[in-house]
Amino acid sequence: MNSVTKELLSSISDFKEGFKGAYNIREDSGCAGRQSSEYIKIEPKHDKPGIVIRISAKAQQETVYIPACVTHSGVSDLVYNDFIVEDGADVIIVAGCGVHSDGEEEARHNGIHRFMIGKNAKVVYKEKHIGTGKGTGARNIDPVTEIAMGENSYMEMDTMQISGVTSTNRTTTAALAAGAKLVIRERLLTDGEEYAKSDFKVSLYGEDSGVDLVSRSVAKGNSHQDYHSVIIGSCRCTGHSECDAILVGNGVVNAAPELHAENLDASLIHEAAIGKIAGEQIIKLCTLGLTEEEAEQKIIEGFLK
Amino acid sequence: MLELKNIHWKTPENEEIVKGIDLSIPEGKLTVITGPNGGGKTSLAKLIAGLYTPSTGQILYNKEDITALSITERAGKGIAYAFQQPVRFKGLTVRDLLELSAEDTLSEDKLCAMLSTVGLCAQEYIDRNVDGSLSGGESKRIEIATVLNRKNAKLLVFDEPEAGIDLWSFSNLIKAFEDLKKQGGRTIVIISHQERIMEIADHIAVIAEGKVQTFGPGSEVLPSLLCKDKKCACPMNSIKKEGC
Repeated sequence: MNSVTKELLSSISDFKEGFKGAYNIREDSGCAGRQSSEYIKIEPKHDKPGIVIRISAKAQQETVYIPACVTHSGVSDLVYNDFIVEDGADVIIVAGCGVHSDGEEEARHNGIHRFMIGKNAKVVYKEKHIGTGKGTGARNIDPVTEIAMGENSYMEMDTMQISGVTSTNRTTTAALAAGAKLVIRERLLTDGEEYAKSDFKVSLYGEDSGVDLVSRSVAKGNSHQDYHSVIIGSCRCTGHSECDAILVGNGVVNAAPELHAENLDASLIHEAAIGKIAGEQIIKLCTLGLTEEEAEQKIIEGFLK
Repeated sequence: MLELKNIHWKTPENEEIVKGIDLSIPEGKLTVITGPNGGGKTSLAKLIAGLYTPSTGQILYNKEDITALSITERAGKGIAYAFQQPVRFKGLTVRDLLELSAEDTLSEDKLCAMLSTVGLCAQEYIDRNVDGSLSGGESKRIEIATVLNRKNAKLLVFDEPEAGIDLWSFSNLIKAFEDLKKQGGRTIVIISHQERIMEIADHIAVIAEGKVQTFGPGSEVLPSLLCKDKKCACPMNSIKKEGC
């Protein structure tokens, strides 16, 4: 494992000297370390790049780390990771990706993560993305997350892009069986000439399934963001989506939420708010001794916390 | 401590709200500024804190001219200001605001002490966002707590602290102001219509039509302002008694 990977790992996961328990570290399309645990087995795929993570029902509150790093320009990484979560398992999955570019060529990571979540299983999925390096080459990350949730399962997806990613196209799809609950928290920060597209499609086909999707983003500099969410309720279910965005400088955000209610008992809600930081918020923090710049930074930090 | 010399202020629409205010706020005392709605009280408070800049006139703080100083610079000199309408933040918690105010990381015990001063239970509030999920009264009390606990604050300005607060909390608030007075060392300015707040004032200034109409010891000014009958026909439409 090289030093850039170590730095990226510390930013995207709670990596210090190493990981405890099950993990797989992907570095520049190769494997920089892998370990299974008694209840979480990690195996390589043979037909395409990637791994299969099998999480036993006996895994309870166990954590598995699946980070990926691209440490120099000229690397275009594509990986297919499948998470098979048995009925009743309870697992925390820490994924995330760091892309470092110090040259003129693009550095790219595309991760396609598929989740098959069994009945009554519980999954907390944490995903943090970051771009670093002083190279002029683009740092691009296009994650795809596909989720199939079994009856009465629960998944919490905490996804975050901190900074430095030139372009990202984030696609998340989910299908929920009866009683399944999905909670998504997305936080995005773009600056300079960066671009981010976030696309969610959630199908609530099982009775009493529910999704709560909250996306918060900040577009600074000349950056541009597109947000699109679709919630389809085809039975008695609940869906809530919320898109809040702060504009700073010449930032642009387009938000296009869609709700499809295909059943009389589908209860779907959407909220959206886009605007600059309220002047009175800056003023309040200035009365506490912060400069305008410090106040703006504090407000953004809190908003994305 | 604080001297306002011939202060004028106009709105961006060129309407003159403050029309030549001369006022000396005594150091270490509690001064209440009262008067009818629209008379210029809140504008004056904002001029002191630096939210507004006078069209003409001079503001002296400890004999230093602070007229051109920014809000941040005035905060650094010890001027603290509590908004009449508390500001809401998506993502900042009560703990965040109190720690910013105290310029320090605070233990739960300290947070508890700060919030209990304004009648809130810390355990229920410290990790709550200061957003629309708080009631008007709750956010008002948190706003007051940020000023009561502001690090190195020497001049504390409260704009209608009683607004939106229930009677029980109001009694706590009065006690907090009384305690603040007893501790000494701080100058307190309160914009208020409330008789009970005026009762604890060392001095009262009545502002109407953008000017100081009366200024003097509370014991002399207050009786002249009180309701003359039970129908609460308050002189200058400014004083509110409990139950009015």
